[in-house]
Amino acid sequence: MTIALHPLAQFTVETILPLRIGRLNISFTNAALMMAIVVCLITGIIVYGTRRAALVPGRLQSLAEMSYEFVADMVESNVGHEGMPYFPFIFTLFTFILFANLLGLIPWAFSVTGQIVVTFAMAAVVFIGVTIIGFIRHGLHFLRFFAPEGVPKLLLVILVPIEVISYFIRPFTLSIRLFANMLAGHTMLGIFAGFAALIGVFAIFPIAIDVVLLALELLVAVLQAYVFAILSCLYLNDAIHMH
Amino acid sequence: MDVASAKLIGAGLACIALVGAGIGIGNVFASLISSLARNPAAQGQVQPFAFLGFALAEATGLFGLAIAFLILFVF
Repeated sequence: MTIALHPLAQFTVETILPLRIGRLNISFTNAALMMAIVVCLITGIIVYGTRRAALVPGRLQSLAEMSYEFVADMVESNVGHEGMPYFPFIFTLFTFILFANLLGLIPWAFSVTGQIVVTFAMAAVVFIGVTIIGFIRHGLHFLRFFAPEGVPKLLLVILVPIEVISYFIRPFTLSIRLFANMLAGHTMLGIFAGFAALIGVFAIFPIAIDVVLLALELLVAVLQAYVFAILSCLYLNDAIHMH
Repeated sequence: MDVASAKLIGAGLACIALVGAGIGIGNVFASLISSLARNPAAQGQVQPFAFLGFALAEATGLFGLAIAFLILFVF
């Protein structure tokens, strides 16, 4: 199989504009281009959609309003009113992941969220930010998070390590979940498309499967953005309200 | 055994993780259907949690897939 047909070839990061500062490589790549497109598109929709706000919203305005209300509702119901200062962050996360996932599904587009660097950077920001918020709000009392109240002393020996591990594993599960979903979905589409290139007339069957898979991927793209946002909300809730 | 074939076997073994994901996803939707059959009015409250559970269960299987890719392409 040639490299062009390789199902993982779609994830190669290619340099568009070579750029170096000393030994630091900050070249403009297709991943950076895709992220720039995503950010521009989101900003465009939100700004243009709410520019001339009408009482009866048009298509773009209702898209902007619905996404705003959806995320505001999610933060309010999962974190409570104290979580609302962090709403812009969750909203940014949600819309960025949603648009990156959806735009990645377009043929020949680059799937940014299929890169572990991107998802891990976002998960690390959530993790570090949430930990800092926890320490600011509760001080050293935040460490009680790892030792729930009303637990027998003997059980704490087992429980504390488990709690610590499950806390520090969060950024990894959060990032690998999104990354693996995107990677697996796009690889599967690529594998079936690769079959289609090999078998001539019967290519109609793999292509039909790809159409169905694309519908599934559409669901997964929206779902994973939702899951990333809601888990960030839950971690934030842990930091603000403890257990 | 040479390393190349050991890699392939290891990647295949890593896909056993999909057993758990399959059972988990089946469980989530079986519970969703049975709970909605008893109380169809609860759909709005129950469905988001079902999809959250689906995504979480599916992810555990994909962790296995990520390991398979690691074995195949990184080492």
